[in-house]
Amino acid sequence: MTALLELHGVDASYGPGQVLHGVNLEVDEGGMVALLGANGAGKTTTLRAICNMGVRTRGEIRFGGKRIDGRATEDIVRLGIGHVPEGRGTFLGLTVEENLRLGAIRRSDSGIAGDMTRVFGYFPVLRERLHQQAGTLSGGEQQMLAIARALMIKPRLLLLDEPSFGLAPLLVQEIFRNLKVINKEERMSMLLVEQNARLALELVGKVYLLETGRVVASGLPKQIAADESVRRAYLGQ
Amino acid sequence: MQALLHQLLSGVAGGAIYASVALALVMIFKATHHVNFAQGELAMFSTYIAYSLITAGIPYWIAFVLTLMFSFVFGVAVQRLVIHWFRDRSALAAVIVFIGLLVIINSMAGFLFTYTQKGFPSPFAGQAWYGTTYLSPHEVGMIVVTLIVLAIVFLFFRFTRLGLAMRAAAENPQSSRLVGIRVSWMLALGWGMAGVLGAVAGMMAAPNIFLAPDMMSGVILYGFAAALLGGIDNPWGAPIGGFIVGIMENIAGAYLVGTQLKQALALAVIVAVLTFKPSGLFGRTVVVRV
Amino acid sequence: MTAPTPPRWLDGRPWFAALLALCVLVPFLVSDYHVFQLTQILVYAIAILGLNLLTGCSGQISLGNGAFYALGAYVSVILMVNVGVPYWLTPPIAAVVCFGAGYLFGRSVARLEGLYLALATFALAIVMPQFLKHDALATWTGGVQGIVLTKPSSPVPGVLNNDQWLYFYCFLIAVVVFVIAWNVMRGRTGRALVALRDQPIAAAAMGIDTPSYKARTFGVSAMYTGIAGSLGAFVAGFISPDSFTILLSIQFLVGGVVGGIVSIFGTLFGAAFIELVPDFANKFSDAAPWAIYGVLLIVCMMVMPWGMAGLVRSVRFRLAHLSTARTKI
Repeated sequence: MTALLELHGVDASYGPGQVLHGVNLEVDEGGMVALLGANGAGKTTTLRAICNMGVRTRGEIRFGGKRIDGRATEDIVRLGIGHVPEGRGTFLGLTVEENLRLGAIRRSDSGIAGDMTRVFGYFPVLRERLHQQAGTLSGGEQQMLAIARALMIKPRLLLLDEPSFGLAPLLVQEIFRNLKVINKEERMSMLLVEQNARLALELVGKVYLLETGRVVASGLPKQIAADESVRRAYLGQ
Repeated sequence: MQALLHQLLSGVAGGAIYASVALALVMIFKATHHVNFAQGELAMFSTYIAYSLITAGIPYWIAFVLTLMFSFVFGVAVQRLVIHWFRDRSALAAVIVFIGLLVIINSMAGFLFTYTQKGFPSPFAGQAWYGTTYLSPHEVGMIVVTLIVLAIVFLFFRFTRLGLAMRAAAENPQSSRLVGIRVSWMLALGWGMAGVLGAVAGMMAAPNIFLAPDMMSGVILYGFAAALLGGIDNPWGAPIGGFIVGIMENIAGAYLVGTQLKQALALAVIVAVLTFKPSGLFGRTVVVRV
Repeated sequence: MTAPTPPRWLDGRPWFAALLALCVLVPFLVSDYHVFQLTQILVYAIAILGLNLLTGCSGQISLGNGAFYALGAYVSVILMVNVGVPYWLTPPIAAVVCFGAGYLFGRSVARLEGLYLALATFALAIVMPQFLKHDALATWTGGVQGIVLTKPSSPVPGVLNNDQWLYFYCFLIAVVVFVIAWNVMRGRTGRALVALRDQPIAAAAMGIDTPSYKARTFGVSAMYTGIAGSLGAFVAGFISPDSFTILLSIQFLVGGVVGGIVSIFGTLFGAAFIELVPDFANKFSDAAPWAIYGVLLIVCMMVMPWGMAGLVRSVRFRLAHLSTARTKI
């Protein structure tokens, strides 16, 4: 059974500097995978490589069995990949509602209103701030908005780049709880990049460890957590 | 007092032209951070197309609509064929490309239609019922047509999906791609709409300033002043800037600096706005990345 | 940012000498009309040099140098016709006036960068003809009709005819002007200007008084362009407001882009280009030269942003100038 997302021997560079070296990675249908590593290990680059955002790649990237490397970002998104980028990418000048509508801008089905309601269920604060300019929301609210917007795409695969960044722990727990629910209820596969290793390990079913652009370890969260050197380097124990 | 009112209202009419041009400039600036120096020439060329249609016997308003369609396609074509290839270049390169376009379109018009001035008809009859002592029927028509076009543009952006997508693409191209929007086509559409706005301005202005390849050079100057005054990145500010500049042009021309220095006044406005408040009346401050 | 590399004189010198010799001999070998054209080329070269100083070396865009060309022309002509100053004395005066005007304008737009500066200078160019037609100045400027001049006559009619004399007069001024520019660019001011071009904020942080330098560069650029305008008036024998529209500024831009914005050497190529193309293209249509200019502006930006000089340089020459820190333009 082929995985939903496969990376085979992916190299990636920004200009002259190569960041990823021969990365192999798989996300199964319905799976939740974490990509961990220190700062600068290439985690964000991996997500950007998948969506072809300003990175030159070599190697194969397959989604649903079809190759997507080299295709335009918007075409990759249309195949069913939602990306919550580093920095959130909120449309700051537009309202919360417009941000959400933009998530669904490519959809012509009738389920959009229903999805909005569901999204409000996960993140009620968005309904409260529906007509506010997105730039006036707090960091945490913008993070929720970014995730919600990606959900509105109704993607098969959700890429999240450091969803916990700069957020209060309680908020992060709530978001991660929601992600778990979404994964179960909507069968949405997820690839999560995180610096907060501990939380990620509790959430996902598979972990990859990235170090200076190479995958140095992969496996079940329990296995990774049990590894002494990993714990010392990444879990601060 | 009568004279003042006349100048004021005339200024509003003239300002309608500048409002359209300013909005076209702002639309392109918002999406690309470039100023379309060739905006005037696009408008002029479209007006010549209208002229050709009308002299071929096509009724005015049909020619008007056909010209709008032409100007839309023309704008899209220019973006796709030329501008698109320079999207990542520096400001200097972009300016040079725009000047190149200006000159090409200007010479195309000169070649196809000659440099002799021509008259252009107004669809608003000289003695029509809606003329007043202060405004000729054409001036009333200018204002009404412009307001209708502006209203359509604003409603489009506010309430349609495509309008939302275009706004998104202008605001944050990267995030727009992440929701599946084809950003470069949104830019092309923006250019098409700017072409339409320019064509409206050209056709409304031509009866007064006469049709010639260089007819828009004065208008574009006021268009720049209006766009800057309203805030170069603010679509709401552009029409307001346009009307203010129109009124200012008339009042200052009649009472302050004389008609011969009206353009110098526009220059002064441009320099003053850029020096003291570059974001204009309603724009957001421009931050320069270190 | 690296210091400019020393000139590879061994490469450049023989060519330079040959060029100089050619310039001195040619007026005796060709018809009067061609001498007139060569003189005009020299004049344009000085104007394009003015533009290059501004755009290529300090990164400020000007679409308005035609206004200073006009100013130089009018100052000269007014002095000649209304005050009786001999023609050969007027270019220095025009130079001073244009420096002042350029400095003032540069000061008032000192805070403007790139696009906005281009806008302001574009506006200046559009306004200039209207300004020159103003009734209040008409007694001096001749209003819309302009002024006709008597062309300068040769003091040595046996040796040089009028056209040849004017050619050498302009040639002398051109040499002086180019040598000064060359030395300035290689010196401290030149380096500061390149710093301004490449990293304006860092330059300011290092204590380079940006507005002052910018205004001064504008002044120098205007000065050179004004000298060119002054000489250009002698060559044309006639000036009027409509000879100095935005299209003139655009012509200078074309000359700079085609020749190479950063190169002093390229100015000659660019000047020759804008003088000779209309001659050739006008046979097809009045509009043809401009169509060619427009297409070339775009093509050059696409294919050779450093112009003909850049092409030549990358093939052979390495003249000392400050494109060593090559910015992507």
